[in-house]
Amino acid sequence: MNKHNVSVSVQDLSLSFGTLTILKQLNLDIQEGEFLVLLGPSGCGKSTLLNCIAGLLDITEGRIFIKGKNVTWAEPKDRGIGMVFQSYALYPQMTVERNLSFGLRVSGMDKAEIDKRVARAADILQIQPLLHRKPGQLSGGQRQRVAIGRALVRNVDVFLFDEPLSNLDAQLRAELRVEIKKLHHSLGNTMIYVTHDQIEAMTLADRIAVMKGGVIQQLDAPHEIYNRPVNRFVAGFLGSPAMTFLDGTITAANGGPAVNINGTVVPLGRYGFAGAAPEAGRPVTLGVRPEHIAVGGASPEPEADRRHWVTDKVTLLEPTGADTIVWSELGGLPITVRVDAEKHFHVGEPFAYGLDLTRASLFDKASGDRL
Amino acid sequence: MSVTSVEPSGARPRRLSPSRFMIYAGLFVAAVYYLLPLYVMVVTSLKGMPEIRLGNIFSPPMEITFQPWVTAWDSACTGLYCEGLKVGFWNSMKILIPSVIVSIAIASVNGYALSNWKFKGSEVFFTILIIGSFIPYQVMLYPLVIIMRELGIFGTLTAIIVVHTIFGMPILTLLFRNYFAALPVELFKAARVDGAGFWQIFLQVLAPMSLPIFVVAVILQVTGIWNDFLFGVIFAGTENYPMTVQLNNIVNATQGVKEYNVNMAATILTGAVPLIIYFLSGRYFVRGIAAGAVKG
Ligand SMILES: Nc1ncnc2c1ncn2[C@@H]1O[C@H](COP(=O)(O)OP(=O)(O)OP(=O)(O)O)[C@@H](O)[C@H]1O
Ligand SMILES: [Mg+2]
Repeated sequence: MNKHNVSVSVQDLSLSFGTLTILKQLNLDIQEGEFLVLLGPSGCGKSTLLNCIAGLLDITEGRIFIKGKNVTWAEPKDRGIGMVFQSYALYPQMTVERNLSFGLRVSGMDKAEIDKRVARAADILQIQPLLHRKPGQLSGGQRQRVAIGRALVRNVDVFLFDEPLSNLDAQLRAELRVEIKKLHHSLGNTMIYVTHDQIEAMTLADRIAVMKGGVIQQLDAPHEIYNRPVNRFVAGFLGSPAMTFLDGTITAANGGPAVNINGTVVPLGRYGFAGAAPEAGRPVTLGVRPEHIAVGGASPEPEADRRHWVTDKVTLLEPTGADTIVWSELGGLPITVRVDAEKHFHVGEPFAYGLDLTRASLFDKASGDRL
Repeated sequence: MSVTSVEPSGARPRRLSPSRFMIYAGLFVAAVYYLLPLYVMVVTSLKGMPEIRLGNIFSPPMEITFQPWVTAWDSACTGLYCEGLKVGFWNSMKILIPSVIVSIAIASVNGYALSNWKFKGSEVFFTILIIGSFIPYQVMLYPLVIIMRELGIFGTLTAIIVVHTIFGMPILTLLFRNYFAALPVELFKAARVDGAGFWQIFLQVLAPMSLPIFVVAVILQVTGIWNDFLFGVIFAGTENYPMTVQLNNIVNATQGVKEYNVNMAATILTGAVPLIIYFLSGRYFVRGIAAGAVKG
């Protein structure tokens, strides 16, 4: 990896609170100008990692570099980072203007330069009319803009976001998500963004690091994470509705490997194995996303051939508006299929669906690792 | 049901239920119980001595006179001098103001450091401080007297200020620590990222948003220090006796007739300062205590 393009480098980082180890031997390189999302369930150590990078937590082991400089022992202010918190963390007794300029004032910058920077940040974030209000008089979305502005005025190299949109309602969240993306495009800064919202992760990230129990499970581009999850945890964590998992065993059918799910045999001829095909008799889990299953029986489209068609019954329907989630069965195990809401199905009717095994995932049942 | 039975609509009519009545009756009795002594003091202080000798302590004054108040303030005798309470009042002020400022200044910084800048052993330090607040004063009096003597400040204003600061420390530190610990930690983190140091975060970010707890601390200290008698007698030295001590000396002066009206006026005067503080800041006090109770 070209050292000059690495913006933030975390090396062998461990962190413990007393005897409780939160982060274990964590390694992470973030490129200059990259938008990296840390995604994971509650309590997996996302905020802890972010706080370590910010210098707000003393790490137990390892080193942190920002722009090639070893900042492991540096104060937060000397790291070239700005941070935006879920709770906004605006200084309640200061006006928006003074909130924005606080960092510059304590650093002793001269008034003219401060005014210039505050004006620029207010301009970018469109908060000029709010400059003389107190945080208490702002809406959640406006507060979060001010919080972003506080990082902006300091001309930092790296923006750290800790679930900045979690306290906002769905509509504002979508709005600000787009604005953050635009901001990233126009500023080109490195951004590290913590969330447990997979939509935010998928839409914003250049790369996503999926974390669990203080360990990065997979670090990849969003479509890789989505299409080729390295293990069952990552596969199940992303996607809504979640991937269907079908437990079975490997068998040989028609000369190729297949998976036997309670008697229903699904050939794996088109599946792209990560390594060699597993031996017969191995317990595995087949993962299929609801949106990767076709319906309607023999389709005129040519690639319909590559699917493996199964016929069962509709057991349940979940209309969501744009789509309907059809529940059916495969080898007696429940499976969900996402279909266009315009197609009408009825509970109890026969239901034919086609699995696209090129886009399926196969995991070792014991370890959960991708095969 | 009467003929005026109407469909329920709008504000619910308020009636005095039996349980409410009992509560109000109880509160009324309690109020009378606490107010009666004050009433007796006020009416007695406004009577002349001949009227007091009539013996009816509850009757309002037939002829109102403010002379007892003037005497109490200006010329009541303490056994040695006849200069009234005013000497004690100013002494108390000289003790009160620096003690309150110094103790709150130190305790607030202590609480801030203990909640936001945890260092190795900070929990132990805090525990020791809290245990300190459970040790009876009497145990510490003699050692403190010796310490003050060794420092050469025994019987001076400095000594009494130091003593009040020391004894205020555990409870005040606890108060501030809990308050600061309840503030969102992100504020502190944001200020650190912004580059503010120990004092800048305290003075510019946390202290300005902690007015209620400072008010609570001021009230606790003003009432505690103003009402203090023991430390004043021991540490302040005769010429610095606080108002409480002077009040005692006036009331217990042995020569001459007991001037009940002057004594009553003197007592009210002595109690006036904490009372005024309560009236002015009671609202903040309740709010601050409540904030601490809910969040702490
Ligand atoms: N000061 C602390 N002392 C002890 N344990 C802590 C401390 N701070 C965090 N933890 C623990 O560390 C783990 C990781 O916490 P962290 O806040 O990083 O999780 P997170 O991934 O950000 O979760 P969330 O999505 O809920 O914010 C949790 O199990 C938490 O209980
Ligand atoms: Mg978190």
